Amino acid sequence: MDMLAGKVKKTSLNVDSAMNPTDVLERPIRLTARDVTVHYGTKQALHGISIDIPDRAVTAFIGPSGCGKSTFLRCINRMNDTIEGAKVGGTIKLDGEDIYAPALDVVELRARIGMVFQKPNPFPKSIYDNVAYGPRIHGLARNKADLDEIVVSSLRKAGLFEEVKDRLQEPGTGLSGGQQQRLCIARAIAVGPEVILMDEPCSALDPIATAVIEELIDELRENYTIVIVTHSMQQAARVSQRTAFFHLGNLIEQGPTEDIFTNPVNKQTQDYIMGRIG
Amino acid sequence: MNALVVAGVLIVLLGISYQTGWSKSRNLVTADGVKVHSRPQYHGSFTAIWAMVPALVILLLWVWLGGGITHNYTVAQIPQDILVSLDQAGLNGALIRINALASGYGVAGETAPWEQAAGDAVRSFNFLTFAGTLVLAIVAGGAGLAYARSRITARLRARNTVERVVNVLLLACSAVAILTTVGIVASLVTEAYKFFTFINPLDFFFGTVWAPNNAGGDNHGSYGLLPLLSGTLMITAIAMIVAVPVGLLSAIYLSQYAPKSFRAVAKPLIEILAGIPTIVFGFFALVTVGPFLRDFGSAIGLQISATSALTAGVVMGIMIIPFVSSLSDDIMNQVPRTLRDGAYGLGATQSETIRNVLLPAALPGIVGAFLLAVSRAIGETMIVVLAAGNAPILRGSPFEPVSTITVSIVNQLTGDTDFTGPQSLVGFALGLTLFVVTLCLNIFALYIVRRFREQYE
Amino acid sequence: MATDIQTSPEKASSDRTRIIRDGLRRRHLNEQIFRGLGIAAIAIALGFVALLFVDVFRKGIPAFVQSNLHLSVTYDAELIDVGPAPARGDFPSDAEYTAASLKWQREVALLNWNTIVEAALRKAAPAGFEIDTRQIQTIPETNARHQIREMFVRDPSLLGQTVDVEVLASANAANWIKGNIDRSLGDAQQQLSAPARQLIDTFVEDGTISNGFAWTIFTNVDSRAAPASAGLLGAFVGTLWMMLIVVLLAVPIGVAAAIYLEEFAPKSRLTDLIEVNINNLAAVPSIVFGLLGAAVFINWFHLPISAPLVGGLVLTLMTLPTIIIATRGALMGVSPALRQAALGMGASKTQMVFHHVLPTTFPSILTATILGVAHALGETAPLLLIGMKAFVASVPATPLDQAAALPVQIYLWQGNENRNFFEPRTAAAIMVLLAVMILLNGVAIYLRSRLEKRA
Repeated sequence: MDMLAGKVKKTSLNVDSAMNPTDVLERPIRLTARDVTVHYGTKQALHGISIDIPDRAVTAFIGPSGCGKSTFLRCINRMNDTIEGAKVGGTIKLDGEDIYAPALDVVELRARIGMVFQKPNPFPKSIYDNVAYGPRIHGLARNKADLDEIVVSSLRKAGLFEEVKDRLQEPGTGLSGGQQQRLCIARAIAVGPEVILMDEPCSALDPIATAVIEELIDELRENYTIVIVTHSMQQAARVSQRTAFFHLGNLIEQGPTEDIFTNPVNKQTQDYIMGRIG
Repeated sequence: MNALVVAGVLIVLLGISYQTGWSKSRNLVTADGVKVHSRPQYHGSFTAIWAMVPALVILLLWVWLGGGITHNYTVAQIPQDILVSLDQAGLNGALIRINALASGYGVAGETAPWEQAAGDAVRSFNFLTFAGTLVLAIVAGGAGLAYARSRITARLRARNTVERVVNVLLLACSAVAILTTVGIVASLVTEAYKFFTFINPLDFFFGTVWAPNNAGGDNHGSYGLLPLLSGTLMITAIAMIVAVPVGLLSAIYLSQYAPKSFRAVAKPLIEILAGIPTIVFGFFALVTVGPFLRDFGSAIGLQISATSALTAGVVMGIMIIPFVSSLSDDIMNQVPRTLRDGAYGLGATQSETIRNVLLPAALPGIVGAFLLAVSRAIGETMIVVLAAGNAPILRGSPFEPVSTITVSIVNQLTGDTDFTGPQSLVGFALGLTLFVVTLCLNIFALYIVRRFREQYE
Repeated sequence: MATDIQTSPEKASSDRTRIIRDGLRRRHLNEQIFRGLGIAAIAIALGFVALLFVDVFRKGIPAFVQSNLHLSVTYDAELIDVGPAPARGDFPSDAEYTAASLKWQREVALLNWNTIVEAALRKAAPAGFEIDTRQIQTIPETNARHQIREMFVRDPSLLGQTVDVEVLASANAANWIKGNIDRSLGDAQQQLSAPARQLIDTFVEDGTISNGFAWTIFTNVDSRAAPASAGLLGAFVGTLWMMLIVVLLAVPIGVAAAIYLEEFAPKSRLTDLIEVNINNLAAVPSIVFGLLGAAVFINWFHLPISAPLVGGLVLTLMTLPTIIIATRGALMGVSPALRQAALGMGASKTQMVFHHVLPTTFPSILTATILGVAHALGETAPLLLIGMKAFVASVPATPLDQAAALPVQIYLWQGNENRNFFEPRTAAAIMVLLAVMILLNGVAIYLRSRLEKRA
């Protein structure tokens, strides 16, 4: 357990505060991507992305829209499989295991790498059933009591339980936007993933709801490896330990968040951070 | 001949009036150089409208009233002593002979002098009235033309007038749709009301015996709806049992699994079924499916009649497959992609996503689609006329011949216009029942589908 | 194990992975089953399409072959015992000539032409073949004698001459030749007597009977007395009249109504009502339109029964909602930019609609019209209710004449007692109907793709 690191991070929500950049790099590497390319039909969307993602830390992908950051994120749990005409090249390994190996089961992979989407997308079912859906399909609960416990603990972890404990049977679509997104996070947690991918999770939310989610992400970092795509540099600076900057389908620069924001190596990165592109 | 003359006159009138308005308008421009409000075409149309409307009104009046006037005149030509000796049929015969003489075709057999005289009189009367009406129409048209011409000035807002007329015409066209509904309701209700003066509505709606006495006479027979209703519902149920799984599953496969190229070929091929006339399905049921089911039944020890609820239901189900599949396809495409992504992201397999997320989300829309399909099955006629066996008996077995509401409408109304007895009037009572049932289903289904669409918009 | 999640993540994680792995086989099997069901459903649906077409074609194609009898007919002066045909020159006026001519034709018609047909048949038969008059008359179609008589009426100089004539074999003979009837059945179940069957076989061998393409299906009207000569011409023309009426009425009215509702109508209760009404009208069973036609057009307005005019009107009302809905859809799809551009140039609303918006929707309206007409073309039930169930053996010259229609002809033929003969013929009529519909749909698809490319 790396509680200490978590504590340290919690206090270092802004870039200026002191933080040891080598801290996250020393962690075991969870995901390694090497020379990943994506083609949609004849159009190439990603050009040779290589990146390492450390365990139990938040890695942020930033860049102007259309830069390929979401596309790359969707490669990590093979969500691109569901898009017709998408072709992925290169290798992505989770704990040394190639996730594009033919023998790998994508269902099992997605149980290990959960995902939270741009727009809150609760199923048109009750709050309880939304959270219970993952454990149910994967057979994670032996009985009703088990399932109840998973649901409650997932909602707790997502910081939603206190708000919805009296209306677990009401439809999830009836919650506010921020609550819906936390419900989606609870839904992802309920499967017990090792990695959680977040695709601009706050882009549809107001500032207050955004702050709540950001705080939640910071807490979740203790137990999960998190990759977040964000449009907002402030958000990346606030929640992540490592940042990767994408532009036009290329990975321009990656490194500890402080370094990227205070001392970018690449001119494009600098321009973006200064607000000149995007 | 007469129609051609009238058409010719109207076309000439149209041409002249348009030309008059157009050239007057052109003259305005060249004469004083004032800015003219409307372009010459509008002045032309303006004049044409003023000329055509009165002429058409007079011609339509004649079409409406002329028949009655001519009839009365013709009857008046028959000598009084002969007239009193004629009964209704005899009078009709005499009128036909007189009209035949008048039209110059001649009649079979000898003609009585009075017939010849009446024929000649009617002939000249016809000519005079026709010519008179035509002249009147031309005069009225001319007067309209002259009035319109006198009104053409640079400041006349001819375009606005013409556009208002166009607007009224457009409104009249959309009123046709309303009038159709009014016509349907009015004809069904009045004729069905006449039927209920013969037969107690309770005996109709709750009667269990369908045995109209088509021979006529005082004994009308019994008109119980229930045997027909049960046949209709049984066939509809069988059709839905065939169409729903096949239609829904093929829609799911085509929209979720199939590669684009396969979908591009298979979808139109399945929709061919929707374009095939129902009489073709009826024939297919009668000569192929029915005998097949009968032989299949006897092979497994079941007594299945070649024309039965099963035969009609199965074939009707085939007919409805594309209806169900394209509607469900539509509906499923409206479910946002993010919902499916949510399930995939949790590690659901594709079928789990479809069964647990996509279908429940699409359910209201799909239910609406099914109700539309049910309404269609209930109203379907030719398949059941040919393949259901026409046995209006209350039965529980789908393997035996049945009859339906639509079959009985066709049987009772064979094109006779003599809607006097309950034998033919019952067709309208059945039609009213059918209309109300399908209307309720449609309104409900369209409401559900609309609500569903709004939910994801 | 839910508590595990909180206490010991590493262990919980590996436990979960194991549990998930264990379930995968079952879940993937379910996936395969579900996908298999989908494929099966597609296969069933496509199978039905194929079965229907194969079945209709298999049954219908033989009907496009007809059996012709080649006879050399002698216009025997002894049998044809009438005076010379009147010549125009002998009479002072046209009327008298016509009267005399008709009288002569009546006399000719009263002659026993069957004996001439029989003589020709006997001449073609092998010498000494024993068959009685009634039996031998079952071989040619009953219209053979009319055909031979008509030749004489047209050319009275044939008297005493022998000419080669091709007549149709009877429906029963055709059944026997094509094998539509089981040849092994006993005499009692055969329509033709044993000598007649034997003679037919002889005729087929020696070429007196030969098979040819059945043009009569396209060139003849329906016939009951001479079933082998029954054709679709009358029904085809009847359908043509109705389609003409549908196109002339439904298209302008439908497009106008759509324009009004989409472009001009104020958003009020009334337009809402019209909208709901049109949507529902599109789903009203077709037979209800038939009832409307019977009650309103025939019973109230006294329009002629069985006439293409009434059929056309009924089908027009039926097609209207489809055209209105399709046109409205097309109008809705026109970009607001185009409208604003037109209005910005100072065009009035009417000018904007008719000069700019309507032309761009032309391909969609055209396609919807053709598809609507194709649908109306195959409609049967409403026509039965307005009296188009009647047997009509003539080509309707005007839309007010009695007429049949293609789908109604199919209905009438499938009900004919001579099943063996009329089942193929019904299938053939269906092939013609389907061909027309496929043609129309093809044209619609072609036009749409061409017009859209140009636009």
